[in-house]
Amino acid sequence: MNILQIAWKNMRQSPATSILGILLTAFGTGILCLLILTSHQLEEQLDSNSRGIDLVVGAKGSPIQLILSSIYHMDNPTGNISLAEAQQLAANPMVKLAVPLSLGDNYRGHRIVGTDSTFLALYNLKLAEGRLWHDDFEAVIGAEVARKHDLDIGDKIYGSHGLSSDGHAHDEHPYTITGILAPGHSIVDQLVISNLASVWRMHGDDGDNHSAGDEHGHTHDSAGVEEHEHHHGEDHNHDHGDEPQLVKSIMGHIGSGEREITSMLIQYRNPAAIGMFPRLVNQHSSMQAASPALESARLFSLLGIGIDSLQVLAYVIMFMAALSVFISLYNALKSRKYDLAVMRTLGASQAKLFGIVIAEGILLTFVGAIVGVVIGHTALYLIGASTDGSAKFVQAFALLPQEGGLVLIGVAIGFVAALIPAVKAYRTPISHTLAGN
Amino acid sequence: MLQQDQLKTVASLRGIRHRYPGGEALQFTDLDVAVGQHTLILGDSGSGKTTLLHILSGLLKPVSGSVQIGGQELYGLSPRKLDTYRGQHIGLIFQEAHLVKSLTVKENLLIAQGFAGAEVDNNRIQEVLAMLELGHKAHSYPSKLSRGQMQRAAIARAVVNHPAILVADEPTASLDDRNTERVLDLLLAQATEHGATLIIATHDKRVKKRFEHTYQVGGAA
Repeated sequence: MNILQIAWKNMRQSPATSILGILLTAFGTGILCLLILTSHQLEEQLDSNSRGIDLVVGAKGSPIQLILSSIYHMDNPTGNISLAEAQQLAANPMVKLAVPLSLGDNYRGHRIVGTDSTFLALYNLKLAEGRLWHDDFEAVIGAEVARKHDLDIGDKIYGSHGLSSDGHAHDEHPYTITGILAPGHSIVDQLVISNLASVWRMHGDDGDNHSAGDEHGHTHDSAGVEEHEHHHGEDHNHDHGDEPQLVKSIMGHIGSGEREITSMLIQYRNPAAIGMFPRLVNQHSSMQAASPALESARLFSLLGIGIDSLQVLAYVIMFMAALSVFISLYNALKSRKYDLAVMRTLGASQAKLFGIVIAEGILLTFVGAIVGVVIGHTALYLIGASTDGSAKFVQAFALLPQEGGLVLIGVAIGFVAALIPAVKAYRTPISHTLAGN
Repeated sequence: MLQQDQLKTVASLRGIRHRYPGGEALQFTDLDVAVGQHTLILGDSGSGKTTLLHILSGLLKPVSGSVQIGGQELYGLSPRKLDTYRGQHIGLIFQEAHLVKSLTVKENLLIAQGFAGAEVDNNRIQEVLAMLELGHKAHSYPSKLSRGQMQRAAIARAVVNHPAILVADEPTASLDDRNTERVLDLLLAQATEHGATLIIATHDKRVKKRFEHTYQVGGAA
């Protein structure tokens, strides 16, 4: 029999205290594991949704709100910005890709996003079936939307105003589904995507103004973009040749002097823009620029307070686990000192007794840590199963390298807790103990 | 050849002096035990019998003097080597049968082999247990054994490694006459069977008549 087997047998000798030690370690590890998993998955979700997006330009207000509304489609938008002004920014040589977004409606909680085909390029989206929208009130839906509501190509869906499903319905203008996107495991799976004009027309006809300034001037002017610029009389240096073709075509098609959009997602041409471009937006326009990377980090540090307090709780439980293992081993020594002395008479060295007690402590917390990791994953799975929507935790059973660290922490706790009892076992005076005094 | 073996010394004590932590000093007369010469160590309670037994078994280092078991100077060994040597060559039996409570009878014998650095030999364990009529109790825990079975299990554990000497400390102190006879029979039989020399410390007069060789600790017998 090796040391581990003997330690295992000892553990089974006092099941109640062993289970207490295992459970405490398991709860502590379980909470830590769940925290690691959720923050990892959250981070991954945030990352995958904001991948390729260097900057969001929108109306002034809370930058976090702007990020949340335009990238994660969670919060309300900060307001609207002038399309013309946005286009001037889009024409900047530092900009590689500029995606206009117009929000305002939803289909059963899924946001309807008015945009153009650059959106698909930005998110690297592919159609699973059907085609892109060609006309107004044609829409492409995300994989999850199709799955959840059992929608197919050719189906008509009615949007309702607002960003939650209980808004006023736009009964007059159904969207016709022309395509379904392949699952991208990002927020886009949850969206309905159409062109900008649909969103504008929906609200133009409804009289639901995007802002007080929108007069619904339907002056069908083929040179709309240029005229629009003059309207504002702003002296941006604007190179028409650089204008994104699609925006231009939309403008040409709709042709309106005061078109507005909700925000614009921007991808830089090169990293040099990181320092300069946001300043340009914030200082020289009425819009604000928000960096998804910075704002996600800020959001995370805000969430961090909650995570930190849970972490403290987990550490307290872990400490109690260590204490319980220590007390149970220390108490067991009293009844076991005879056993230990007998083992010495059988030829066990002092180091062996030390090893047996250490092994027992480590075994307790190791088993606890493994159980804790299982608890963490199960909890994550249950959370994922009970909440659907954008925060979907798909990989509840994927192991992270940090979890190995958790098990190591568990083992270290067992070692530390067993150290003093093990030293006592090491020092067991055989003759004295056997003589019974 | 047999004659020579008989005369070979298996255990010898020379000039042993011990001092208790309290300061009380003990001096033991020299002792030589020949192979097969089962020996009684006699003395009243508190005379230092157990102390001498522990010194003899390598459990307690005397202040001075030499202890040789099977030709090996015990306290000349490193602590670790001494532990292994003890496991291999000295079988210990106590007044109470100290089996490790968390282990079955068989496992108690297994750790005896393991700690002594011997190969795990299941056949040997079966053989010893069968000889002591414990074959059916191999997988029982000590708490499920009767007193007699526990004592037999402890003897089995002591002899499993073919020790040179079998040391017993007051093995009959709490037994009635009939059981005293049985335990002595058992010890003598096992010692002979496994080629071990028996050294028993006792103050039990009932034991005395069975042994020729005695060694007196403390005052006159």
